Amino acid sequence: MANNNMGWDEFEIGAMLRSFDGAITDIALKPQEERNYSDNNSFTASVADWRINKPVYNKDYCIDCQFCWVYCPDVSIISRDKKMIGVDYDHCKGCGVCVEVCPTNPKSLLMFPEQVDEETAVAGWPEKEEKEK
Amino acid sequence: MAGKRREGEIVMAFDKMELNEVEVWDGNFAAAQALRQVQIDVVSAYPITPSTPIVEGYAKFLSDGYIEGEFMMVESEHAAMSGCVGAAAAGGRVATATSSQGLALMAEVLYQASGMRLPIVLNLVNRALASPLNVNGDHSDMYMVRDSGWIQFDAYNPQEVYDLNLIAFRVAEDHGIRLPAVVNQDGFMTSHTASNVRPLSDDDAYAFVGEFKPMNEMLDFDHPVTHGVQTEEDWHFEHKARQHNDLMTKVFPKIEEVFEEFEKLTGRKYNMVEGYMTEDAEVAIVCMGTSVETALEVARELREEGVKAGVVGIRVFRPWPFEYIIETLKGIKAVATLDRSSPNGAMGALYNECAGSLVNSDVKTVLTNYVYGLGGRDLTKAHVREIFADLKANADAGKATTALQQFIGVRGPKLEYL
Repeated sequence: MANNNMGWDEFEIGAMLRSFDGAITDIALKPQEERNYSDNNSFTASVADWRINKPVYNKDYCIDCQFCWVYCPDVSIISRDKKMIGVDYDHCKGCGVCVEVCPTNPKSLLMFPEQVDEETAVAGWPEKEEKEK
Repeated sequence: MAGKRREGEIVMAFDKMELNEVEVWDGNFAAAQALRQVQIDVVSAYPITPSTPIVEGYAKFLSDGYIEGEFMMVESEHAAMSGCVGAAAAGGRVATATSSQGLALMAEVLYQASGMRLPIVLNLVNRALASPLNVNGDHSDMYMVRDSGWIQFDAYNPQEVYDLNLIAFRVAEDHGIRLPAVVNQDGFMTSHTASNVRPLSDDDAYAFVGEFKPMNEMLDFDHPVTHGVQTEEDWHFEHKARQHNDLMTKVFPKIEEVFEEFEKLTGRKYNMVEGYMTEDAEVAIVCMGTSVETALEVARELREEGVKAGVVGIRVFRPWPFEYIIETLKGIKAVATLDRSSPNGAMGALYNECAGSLVNSDVKTVLTNYVYGLGGRDLTKAHVREIFADLKANADAGKATTALQQFIGVRGPKLEYL
């Protein structure tokens, strides 16, 4: 819920939430960020506060193959028109599946500790690995 | 009954039934008739003895065209109550019936229903819990779910089963309440014993309960809602607190209001706690179900013999009617609480509830506990006389002259504790 300081007498009864502001007639046709999710919807709320390692995306090596988007178990890879955009850190739990399935060399997604900022991570990106013949 | 329709008459999707002023119904049929009259949208059920004829009755009325609704045949009682939860969350008027083991299997979903604040009405035909397996009446099942957040009414005969069903819907469905309700009746003694029942006409019964008003229904796509959410330590406590608060503060005023309206309509008066001859009583028995009527018969006989005996029946078991019980027991010198469920290592629930109500009140009485009638064992008038004799001795002595807890009507050496 949006306001975590609400008292027992301040919310609607029942184990219920209003996930949308208003009607939901055409949401299937809209990308997530354009849907009328309410503040109570888990799209808006962060459910990733226990992540320790995060995947960082480096667009320089990405070939937009969409493997990470397909395999992510939490729909936390943001891709539009089959172009990779980045990682949704409000929902990513840091499982690392996206990194595992990334086929580029070097990988376009790598795991870093939560506190490392993206710029630093990308600056220290590894070189292409030469495969032994 | 289905008849020839006059021209211009509004054609309903179901037929009405013409009832006699006095019908001869058992408790199960009385419940089924009430479910028909309030036009339940969905009954999701897995029949079990002795409650089977209730949902069977609904199904028959449905197939004969007396109801516009849906009967869901499911694979277990867990699924039965789950079906009720889904249908109620979707926005329908929902009811079911069960007993004993069926209720035990439903238990998980009962907590879901009350936490989700869904006004389902459950006819619970009280029956013993195994082991040993037993199909007869005692109150083990009623007691098992007493903390589940459901309102619990108790009927002592078929007339009350009928009346309390109508009342239960009114209370449960009120938007200020929105809590599910159980209507209890004794297995076989009430459920299968036919007696005179004065029903309301179909129109009057439906008008009394009123059109179902959905709240936050899932099928309202203009106001989409997620039901049955998960909360952890950040929200769970607040939800439970609110439910408890509503049970403690809102339910009794609502029941009072509905009882009053029902009395105006039928002349039949109900109370949270039914006190019979308690005003000047020296000794009294507190009990539930058909035992209330047995105890009352003995109390009347004892009155003629000069003993100031009274009987207290619990009409609303949950929420527990603290203030009403204090008021009713005022001035009574010795009180016996009769529990028809093995406490399995404690005092009986009625003893504990009464003791908890009285301990800080002005009412000082000698309170004792009797465990009786397990697995459908009869409570005879002779048993009740024995209890009243104990109570008279307690009242005269001003203290307990017996053990605080006794088993009555069981074979073997006398069982008494504390």
